[in-house]
Amino acid sequence: MFYREAGQFKTSYATDQQIFPIRQDRIAMAVLLAVAFVAVPLAASPYWLTAILIPFLTFSLAAIGLNILTGYAGQLSLGSAAFMAVGAVAAYNFEARVPGMPLLGSFVLGGLTAAGVGVLFGLPSLRIKGFYLAVATLAAQFFIPWLLVKVSWFSNDSTSGAISTQPLEIAGWLADTPTEKYLLVLTIVAVMALVAKNLIRSATGRAWMAVRDMDVAAEVIGIRIVRTKLTAFAVSSFYCGVAGALYAFANLGSVQPEDFNLDLSFRILFMIIVGGVGSMAGSFLGAAFITLLPIALDLLLTDGAAAIGLALPPGVASMAQLVVFGALIIFFLIVEPHGLARLWQIGKEKARLWPFPY
Amino acid sequence: MAPQRHIGDVMLSLEHISLAFGGVKALTDIGFDVRDGEIRAIIGPNGAGKSSMLNIINGVYQPTEGRIVFEGREYRRMDPHRAASMGIARTFQNIALFKGMSVLDNIMTGRNLKMRSGLLAQALYVGPNRREELVHREKVEHIIDFLQIESVRKTPVGRLPYGVQKRVELARALAAEPRLLLLDEPMAGMNLEEKQDMCRFILDVNDEFGTTIVLIEHDMGVVMDISDRVVVLDYGRKIGDGPPDEVRSNQAVVDAYLGVAH
Amino acid sequence: MSFFLEVLIGGLLAGVMYSLVALGFVLIYKASGVFNFAQGAMVFFAALTFTGLQEAWQLPLWLAFVLTLGVMVGVGIATERVVLRPLVNQPQITLFMATIGLAFFIEGVAQLVWGTNIRRLDLGLQDEPIEAVMERFNLLVSKFDLVAALVAGALVTVLAVFFNKTRIGRALRAVADDHQAALAVGIPLKQIWAIVWSVAGFVALVAGLLWGARNGVQFALTFVALKALPVLILGGFESILGAIVGGLIIGAAEKLAEVYLGQYVGGGIEGWFAYALALLFLLIRPEGLFGERHIDRV
Repeated sequence: MFYREAGQFKTSYATDQQIFPIRQDRIAMAVLLAVAFVAVPLAASPYWLTAILIPFLTFSLAAIGLNILTGYAGQLSLGSAAFMAVGAVAAYNFEARVPGMPLLGSFVLGGLTAAGVGVLFGLPSLRIKGFYLAVATLAAQFFIPWLLVKVSWFSNDSTSGAISTQPLEIAGWLADTPTEKYLLVLTIVAVMALVAKNLIRSATGRAWMAVRDMDVAAEVIGIRIVRTKLTAFAVSSFYCGVAGALYAFANLGSVQPEDFNLDLSFRILFMIIVGGVGSMAGSFLGAAFITLLPIALDLLLTDGAAAIGLALPPGVASMAQLVVFGALIIFFLIVEPHGLARLWQIGKEKARLWPFPY
Repeated sequence: MAPQRHIGDVMLSLEHISLAFGGVKALTDIGFDVRDGEIRAIIGPNGAGKSSMLNIINGVYQPTEGRIVFEGREYRRMDPHRAASMGIARTFQNIALFKGMSVLDNIMTGRNLKMRSGLLAQALYVGPNRREELVHREKVEHIIDFLQIESVRKTPVGRLPYGVQKRVELARALAAEPRLLLLDEPMAGMNLEEKQDMCRFILDVNDEFGTTIVLIEHDMGVVMDISDRVVVLDYGRKIGDGPPDEVRSNQAVVDAYLGVAH
Repeated sequence: MSFFLEVLIGGLLAGVMYSLVALGFVLIYKASGVFNFAQGAMVFFAALTFTGLQEAWQLPLWLAFVLTLGVMVGVGIATERVVLRPLVNQPQITLFMATIGLAFFIEGVAQLVWGTNIRRLDLGLQDEPIEAVMERFNLLVSKFDLVAALVAGALVTVLAVFFNKTRIGRALRAVADDHQAALAVGIPLKQIWAIVWSVAGFVALVAGLLWGARNGVQFALTFVALKALPVLILGGFESILGAIVGGLIIGAAEKLAEVYLGQYVGGGIEGWFAYALALLFLLIRPEGLFGERHIDRV
């Protein structure tokens, strides 16, 4: 099949403004969705679903959140995990304390709570930029989990600090098998990804990118810097918050603020660097890569060592993971700062011209 | 000049403007006015304070002293957002485009102030927001036509040659449908052909839309040809003001440009 | 009152140690505009290499120090070559993210080579009160803290003089101001960067020894860098003096807060208090205590 757009003429601006203006891309997207919604639930094993696909989707959502803030609005954050924690704890509390609260309502409210907290910690961005801001977001990363642990009200006064999440029940449908959980997470992520894409191609998204690329010029054409930055913090934190709720409810089955540590924040940052800063597809590619890499590395090392008759000392795999992560980040920043998404783009452009080089 | 051009009353006047950074005085007691519909040039040697003057008009810098009167209302200082919403747009000396965005998106940002859809409508991309996007897209396409940059509309601006980038920046300013357009060296670094194109665009904008223009330019030929009145700055002071011919024969101006033994 | 003084002095002495780590950041930032997040990893790596070498061959302290210094200079130069040179002229944020990757890399390598066990580092200094001060003023001041603070203070002074008075120091400042211009007037950029990264490696080693001797050589050493970040915000990224004063303020405020405030909120506030303090400060003076204010030209 040829990847060509020749002959596809656009007769209105509406058709030119579509998310996928090229027909082949639309077909590919439809196929991808069909596979995700139909083929995967039929074919995937419970291990694949719980250990790989559900975490991948959850992290994709968090990566979209961070990409909105860092990739599109240009505000570097090292506190994504903290906003995820807020979303998780808030969703838990709405579900536990408001009688008859529907699950999705709790998720949305959890996201909104995270958005509010995000705006609060985004306030310094009005005066500081770059890594000053990055350091300021570290304040959120250290303060929020501390607060969530210290104030026992948040964990319903549970003595251990660990609380089990409520069952995933939506209007009488209980999602308790891996397949059902996967479908629930997939649906939420797909809808929210579409919403994010819509925002990015509208006035808000253009304002974000304008502020990212040159804030003085943005201000001069009438974009309100304050509102734009805070909106980015709010929307980004909303996405992280919902991702946090999904992480707690659909992945871990419990809410523990300690799970949302600096390491997780870095991991999400790595996802967008590897996947592509300022790219929706990149958020997914990066999340897939960073989710799969430790598993692949672990298999490779243990099996590799076993094959040559060696038993690896414990901890080597996790150390090797640090080394590989670090090296990959540097590699991508040097060689392809726009990440996997850019490589995919280049591939498509080549395909358009194939079999001719130009 | 085309006879139908109409130059009206004073639109903008700057009174006793001074600007200092720390102890360094960039501008000292400057006053001049701009009439509705005219092309007003600011000239002067490097470091004369020309860009600072534009920055004061649209609020990027706050004057240490003086006031700004725009359309009959008096301001101690501007701020960039208010200036934009009152219809003041500008371009920059060193191109200030949004490098990561396409030409189309860059120009669309110029219409930001005119877009009303809320966050939720944008998120869902339905109904009013969709229609609004299309209405503005159409306006932007007119500007793209006008400046003859159709072929690059989807290209990221970072990949365009310098002359085209200058044009895109003008397009972005025009997208705001400004009443007053500030151009900071629109022809700097251009070859002759590009300069001629840019001159024509500036005259057309002034002519067709009646936009008032304040421009900074080094090319004396261009300034003398297209502007109605000229302000001359030197070391942050005004040393001349009037029609091109008058300014050209002003002894202080000649001294400033050619240098004179003090 | 004497308890308050003890806390304050303890805090100030700990603060000097923060300054020491912050200094590593400032040096590199001044000369290459890179905010080196891997500084903490370098501290950890230095301490681990030092104890590792010492234990493996029963080396005397000075020899282990010299060898480790060699390794750290190597790490510094390699970092400059492999990571930063290809990224010259990239946005600062990109460089910052690269150093986060570098931090992961160094932490991984350090533990792959030397293992994950906590090691003891004995410099022959005891963490006990100084008797003279105890008798005279009735104050508990740790001997270890005092010596560490003196070493840190000496190092800071030497570096400040080096930066401000020597020819290399002037070249460094020129480079920090404008790479291209510095290159144009004949400053050998690559050597300068190599020197800076070597010096940063040296500072990391000293910090690693002091912190390692106090807390044991373990992964938690990397968190020392996280403590140094608020110091930088407070003091400004470009100021050696700022690193010192910022360190003192953070050290003292943190200890006082933990003792007098911590009891009301259930303790554990040292994890974030410094950040909250720095953040508040940022809102008042975004460029830090001694940072330089830049005017945006448009």
